Amino acid sequence: MKTYLKFGILMTVIIGSLVWLAAGGISDSKMYYRTISELQQMGNTAAGQRLRVGGDVEQGSILKNGSQTTFVLHQGPQTLKVVYDGADPLPDTFKDGAQALADGRLGPDGVFEAKKIQAKCASKYEQKPQQKGLSHETPATKVTSITNGSGRAS
Amino acid sequence: MENLGALSILLAFCFAVFAVVAAVAGKYAKRPFLVVSAERSVYAAWGLLTLASGLLIDALVSGDFRLAYVAAHSNRAMSSIYKFAAWWGGQEGSLLLWSWLLATYSAIVVFTNRRKFRNMMPIVIAIMMTTLAFFTSLIAFVISPFNVLMAGKGPIDVGDGQGLNPLLQWWTMVIHPPMLYLGYVGFIVPFAFAMASLITKQPGEGWIHTTRRWAIVTWLFQSTGVMLGMGWAYTVLGWGGYWGWDPVENASLLPWITATAFLHSVMMQEKKGMMKVWNMVLVSATFLLSILGTTLTRTGMVASVHAFAQSPIKPHFTAFLLVSLALITYVIVKNLPYLRSESRLESVVSRESSFLFNNLILLASCFAVLWGTLFPVIMEALTGEKETIDAPYYNKVNIPIALFLLFLTGVGPLIAWRKSSLDSLKRAFLLPAAVGVATIVALVASGVRHFEATLAFGLCAFVTATIVSEFWKGSRAIAAKEQIYLPRAAFELTWRNTRRYGGYIVHMGIVVMFVGFAGSAFNLRETRNVGLGQTARFGHYDLKLLNVNDGQNDDYEFSKATIDVLRNGRSIGELTPEIRLYKASQQQNSVIGIHRALNEDLYINYSGVLADGSKATFQLYQFPLVSWIWIGYWVLLSGTIVCLIPSKARLQYARTEVVGIASIPQTVKS
Repeated sequence: MKTYLKFGILMTVIIGSLVWLAAGGISDSKMYYRTISELQQMGNTAAGQRLRVGGDVEQGSILKNGSQTTFVLHQGPQTLKVVYDGADPLPDTFKDGAQALADGRLGPDGVFEAKKIQAKCASKYEQKPQQKGLSHETPATKVTSITNGSGRAS
Repeated sequence: MENLGALSILLAFCFAVFAVVAAVAGKYAKRPFLVVSAERSVYAAWGLLTLASGLLIDALVSGDFRLAYVAAHSNRAMSSIYKFAAWWGGQEGSLLLWSWLLATYSAIVVFTNRRKFRNMMPIVIAIMMTTLAFFTSLIAFVISPFNVLMAGKGPIDVGDGQGLNPLLQWWTMVIHPPMLYLGYVGFIVPFAFAMASLITKQPGEGWIHTTRRWAIVTWLFQSTGVMLGMGWAYTVLGWGGYWGWDPVENASLLPWITATAFLHSVMMQEKKGMMKVWNMVLVSATFLLSILGTTLTRTGMVASVHAFAQSPIKPHFTAFLLVSLALITYVIVKNLPYLRSESRLESVVSRESSFLFNNLILLASCFAVLWGTLFPVIMEALTGEKETIDAPYYNKVNIPIALFLLFLTGVGPLIAWRKSSLDSLKRAFLLPAAVGVATIVALVASGVRHFEATLAFGLCAFVTATIVSEFWKGSRAIAAKEQIYLPRAAFELTWRNTRRYGGYIVHMGIVVMFVGFAGSAFNLRETRNVGLGQTARFGHYDLKLLNVNDGQNDDYEFSKATIDVLRNGRSIGELTPEIRLYKASQQQNSVIGIHRALNEDLYINYSGVLADGSKATFQLYQFPLVSWIWIGYWVLLSGTIVCLIPSKARLQYARTEVVGIASIPQTVKS
């Protein structure tokens, strides 16, 4: 029986430390999913929390300047200005009208500072807005200046 | 044609249901003709699903755009290979592929075992056909791949389709889903045999011998599928990585983890008659996680950029999972006395206990990943609050687990069964431990200050040393005895016990992969704006933007940058990252420029042009050692193939208690 006791103790130690690590990992990387209106009602309590906000990218709102991208998310009548300054390229699927998820924190000025953007194409059967394709003089709202990234297909 | 396709799926469903009823009734009513008819309906179901798949492929390739599925996933401009791949490009088609693969496996199982296991086979057939009935019912009644686009009362032909998602138009993506499915679906075979042997209370470990090769082959398919997914994420997606802990990636990893645990712990049952309940749990868990994986990828249960949108089949999958879970639990609990262990654990420092730890750790990792993946679902059900966790959580839990596993990979094979004395431990581990410590000291001395990565490299060196010393000792003995050269002796050694030495090669592959994973601790990334003719300094490279070309072809418009890569003033090649805009789907896709080398990859994503048109923007990455991951896979592949080759002399799987005299070393170890 001694062997089983020893074994049991070792197992408990291992499992215990893993649970401890996992608990730490959860509190480090836990994110609350908020709608835009919930976010605006939160006021000061929102500051500092890790949040994930979802919505549709407003037509023509994407502006790029170097590595920084700003755009507006809307969900019904509510809108939220988002600024993304991450090192990773934006997903291919991120464009006007796409459904996007922004992970980050709400800044003091009410602008959402995103660290990560995920995007999903609007439904395939929807009529696409007119797009001009790739061209170099076009401003940042056009496809050419928006980049690729973690937009993964099925 | 669509009517014929839908009809054959419907008939396949009927045959599957009939096979279940006939097999069970035939067994318990002792009517052999019913069992034979069940076997024949397995073949019939396979034939019908083959026909349905053929019809769908024909519609995709010839461009029958009356069909909703074809219109959504194919178009005229795509090359034939992608038209074929569109078979699994969408939900309906991929479920048809699932069903067809399952039917194929079932037909092979029935054919190869038609004269064996008279007692057990009806149950095997019933289990596999129940699963097939579930999957075919989905494509027969809920989401048919043969639906016709309708406008008002008549069908319409849209002329051209949307095309396969451009991100999927890539060679690895053509084989990635079928590989994963071959792995997912294939594990149903060991599962069905395990359950059948439990239900019919087969004496001995017959099901393990029968399904050992199945388990290894399907495990190889799973590994290949996961690797192809990683390679695709790295080369095509261009977000600068190969693993992002996305729910769908996790879904493909979960059954792989339990399958790996199963392949190890099943040896305990074979050799010592231990861990029988555990093996039943593992093989069932792998089956359930395969179904769960399909659920996650195919029903949008967890929000993921991968997943298909919310789909009507979610409740069906949930119900199937819960019912299977309940049934499996019932069968295992009811038969617990039959699963009693034949020997006991004798020491904490023994092969047995290293297997137990290996299993425990793999399961812990599996549980952690599963918990993270289902966290949003669980938390919403419990608190009503929408919460989610991401990469830092997974890394925090899985890095220590991975390091411990790596350690066990080195330790496990060298510890003796039953009990290891301190003396034998010293003999076996002194040299490898010294190699490991020396590696760590050398790395720290040369200025590496990353704790986990240094430890990982040290452990890699340690495991490599144990594996090399095993080959060295064995081949030297043979070389001396048979008077042959060492390389031939090593070959002879491997051939005499392919399972053991093939397993070592697989372990070596894992070690090589870990070198690659550890390299990611030193990744470098930067975003740069570069004008035409200008040079940017990045890491130890000078990158000169030569030109940017725009153009178009039938399929897409493109903008292509040409960059000269210089190192120490010398050009080492040109990279041409590119942005494409696919005409049919109006979707954008970037082609990454990668300069691959053993020590590191230079990885460039072209992300567009600044608003004033003066400069182009690039994301630059330096990924040390990433190629080792892909090399590790090839080592793993060759090791697995060695495991599958029959050993030169047929080994008898004697239990250690019997062969404890250790007179025939090859049969005792491994």
